[in-house]
Amino acid sequence: MEMSGEYKIPAPREEVWAALNDPEVLQKSIPGAESVTKTADDEFEAVAKAKVGPVSARFKGKVKLTDIDPPNGYTISGEGNGGAAGFAKGSAKVTLTEADGGTLLAYTVNAQVGGKLAQIGQRFIDSTASRMSQEFFDNFSQLAGGSRVEPAASETPELINEMEHGIPGKSPDYDAISPTGVPMMPDEEAGMSLSPWVWGPLVIIALILLLWFIGF
Amino acid sequence: MSDKASGEGIGQPVRRKEDFRFITGNGHYTDDINRTGQTWACFLRSPHAHARIRSIDTSAAEAAPGVVAVFTGKHVADDELGGLICGWTVTSKDGTPMKVGAHPILALDTVRYVGDHVAMVVAETLADARAAAELIDVDYEALSAAVALSTCQNEKTAQVHPEAPRNTCFEWELGNKAETEAAFARADRVVKLDLTNNRLIPNAMEPRAAIGEFDKGSGIYTLHTTSQNPHVARLVLSAFVGVAPEHKLRVIAPDVGGGFGSKIFIYAEETACVWAAAKVGRPIKWTGDRSEAFLSDAHGRDHLSHAELALDSEGKFLGLRVKTIANLGAYLSTFSAAVPTYLYGTLLSGQYDLPAIHVEVDGVYTHTAPVDAYRGAGRPEATYLVERMVETAAREIGMDPAELRRRNYIRTFPHQTPVIMNYDAGDYEASLDAAMKAIDYAGFPARKSEAASRGKLRGIGMSSYIEACGLAPSAAVGSLGAGVGLWESAEVRVNPTGNVEVMTGSHSHGQGHETTFAQLVASRLGIPMEQVEIVHGDTDKVQFGMGTYGSRSGAVGMSAIVKALDKIEAKAKKIAAHLMEAAVEDITFENGTFTVQGTDKSLAWAELSLAAYTAHGFPSGEIEPGLKEGAFYDPTNFTFPAGCHICEVEIDPDTGITKIAKFVAVDDFGTVINPLIVEGQVHGGIAQGVGQALLEHGVYDAESGQLITGSYMDYCMPRADDLPSFTLGFTKTESPSNPLGMKGCGEAGAIASPPAVINAITDALGIRDIEMPATPARVWSALQAAAPRAAAE
Repeated sequence: MEMSGEYKIPAPREEVWAALNDPEVLQKSIPGAESVTKTADDEFEAVAKAKVGPVSARFKGKVKLTDIDPPNGYTISGEGNGGAAGFAKGSAKVTLTEADGGTLLAYTVNAQVGGKLAQIGQRFIDSTASRMSQEFFDNFSQLAGGSRVEPAASETPELINEMEHGIPGKSPDYDAISPTGVPMMPDEEAGMSLSPWVWGPLVIIALILLLWFIGF
Repeated sequence: MSDKASGEGIGQPVRRKEDFRFITGNGHYTDDINRTGQTWACFLRSPHAHARIRSIDTSAAEAAPGVVAVFTGKHVADDELGGLICGWTVTSKDGTPMKVGAHPILALDTVRYVGDHVAMVVAETLADARAAAELIDVDYEALSAAVALSTCQNEKTAQVHPEAPRNTCFEWELGNKAETEAAFARADRVVKLDLTNNRLIPNAMEPRAAIGEFDKGSGIYTLHTTSQNPHVARLVLSAFVGVAPEHKLRVIAPDVGGGFGSKIFIYAEETACVWAAAKVGRPIKWTGDRSEAFLSDAHGRDHLSHAELALDSEGKFLGLRVKTIANLGAYLSTFSAAVPTYLYGTLLSGQYDLPAIHVEVDGVYTHTAPVDAYRGAGRPEATYLVERMVETAAREIGMDPAELRRRNYIRTFPHQTPVIMNYDAGDYEASLDAAMKAIDYAGFPARKSEAASRGKLRGIGMSSYIEACGLAPSAAVGSLGAGVGLWESAEVRVNPTGNVEVMTGSHSHGQGHETTFAQLVASRLGIPMEQVEIVHGDTDKVQFGMGTYGSRSGAVGMSAIVKALDKIEAKAKKIAAHLMEAAVEDITFENGTFTVQGTDKSLAWAELSLAAYTAHGFPSGEIEPGLKEGAFYDPTNFTFPAGCHICEVEIDPDTGITKIAKFVAVDDFGTVINPLIVEGQVHGGIAQGVGQALLEHGVYDAESGQLITGSYMDYCMPRADDLPSFTLGFTKTESPSNPLGMKGCGEAGAIASPPAVINAITDALGIRDIEMPATPARVWSALQAAAPRAAAE
């Protein structure tokens, strides 16, 4: 499973990189973050509270950074464990590029969720992820330079281009079941968009990984 | 009394005795029962489909508030408990026995599906147990998983059990390969179809539950649990798992809220509760929640098949060959090996005179929940395949599907099929005719064009099903690999005041035995139903029994009661002859009265019952006091319920929504004791079948093995507004293999309806096949895929 997205942040790339490397900024920006601890030069542990639909848990995560290339980007990989709530694991490749006086943050994520999070949280991961990302970039923009974050093609900060990669083909194994009498969006299975359970977890993974990245 | 008795007799639509307590909250389900000093259990389950357990640290959980004990697979192994077993051995075509992987109560070093049992926490409250389970630190090494049926036998796919290379448990075959190939060689036409039978998750209304207890004084263990067959549970727990010797273990299945097969099996949770009760010295209660039910109740169906049907130029069937891959899940469950073999391959002749059949079934392991019997168990899969093939053949050769069926029906009985079964009675054309009349088959073209004028696509599909019920002759199942005999027992106890207790080895978990069985006994003895108590579900009260599944309670369970009643009547006549100073041959028994033929001497039932216990002046040695008789009944054959279901659907091409416009079911169940209950069984069965055809689908992520239809948000159950008002009809040929002529009705609806629905949808859409469940998305996509072709034509 793969997904990707971009944010445009109205600050120079060096500033964004620096802010992303300020653990305090990160901890304050990450919704529900309780701690971000550096355990080695390229390894971190973080604890964050998250509620995904009926599943609420404290996620303890370990992440490792590789291919570090300041201020251009790196790869972040790791896993978060929410106990009985389940787990999330994956990796994200993050790049920062200069664009129109601002910085374009782009990422590609491979991820997997398991346990209760996968069993009953999937319908909520989508909305939870977008709420958390909104919150994160709002917080981050204020802390990073006092200015509001400018999203890349919209008036409010939001995830863009989330459908760039990773659209699965038509597969009966990915068949979502419509509630009785309510038709599923016809294009859901025809491959015109990802069903929420596929890309929802990826968004949240991306967020978790990004948040850890910021801890660096 | 006689008026009332006739209103309660065989064939009368008596309302269910048990419903009053159920609907007024006075039932006693396992979770309603609480024991003094009771603790609560919570099971920690694997979040991975496949992982090695590097270590389990339970120290924090053990120190948590309210925790009494924490158990892992190591404790189970230290106690040398055996694992869970499969009671049926299937032999592969090369003569080797099926490859069985170990099935521990709690995982030892490997977890094999999401929901696999890793640890049990026992605590003062459920909240304490749950909180402590969160504190167990399991270090997993996640491994790749075998999930998709189509790839699980590849060399490179992850292995579920080291004992089973290529994840193949058995490669079984049935029928005559050479004859079948010869039939295909001379065929004028061969019809081919690839078919999927979707995985279903049972969803009984009451989740599984257990209370384990141990009495230190007597050394007796007691398990209250949600079982369809408490005696079999006791046998397995004592003889194979080794929890306690059989005479030191009591299993009680009180009121049970539905099973559909999923409560036949002996599971890890119930086993762990009764085993651990002795360890902690207190009762342990566990009630599964709905999420746990989705993960760990045995699922149903899940087949991939390729089928070919050979016909001659007149439309006569010459041969059928089938290759099926059947998902067994991660572990063999109690009966799982029998379901895709002897309950499936043996029914592939359908209602048809099919001279040659050859079927090959690969039973495969995957990193998913175990798959076992679910309402119909193998027979819905067989019926779906046969009836989809027949309907497809009719369309391809341009013959009316009803006509093609008529040309191939079996018309003389007994009929030996090429796949073991010997059909003893039936009239298939009678149910076809009745169903066609009830649905107004001839008027369908007019209804289709009327629907078209409203922009709707209307289709019609039929299903002429047969099933093998009344499981089953012990000698037959024994020769096919069963570890048990499938007879049934009954004991009739007449009390001194004339009322009657009947102990039955059958188990009621929604079937209404307390009513139907009482009707039988009351009408036979000529007493009111309220004087008859049906006792079941307790190994201390009922000596032994094989339980309820495979529509066996009527044909086998009630036959045992009939045998016991025969003995009661014989002894009562002896007593009556003595009391009235007549010869036994001169005594008649009718409407609850013993009469000396040709005289006015008579004795009422209650008088005789009392006399049986006062026993004054009984000639010693000739008549024993008391009136209590038992019987074991072993049927001589399976029973073969059959019938015809016809479904009419209307599809909205804009949304892909399928609406069932009409549904007719005509069934031959042989003798019907209570038509009200039988109709209820048919209604429920059709609802479940429609659920499979249109809505339900248990889906695992093909890569990670996560269950992604793990709640009612994603697993769609049928509801009242998905279903039309059913039109039911009955035809009757009596089963010659049991004294009542009964055939069984519990599964017919779920067996017959899925192919009728899919045949109707493919008819409406003008396509060859659509996978179940035919969701609006799939129907809409099928229409889109067909549209360019239609436009080009």
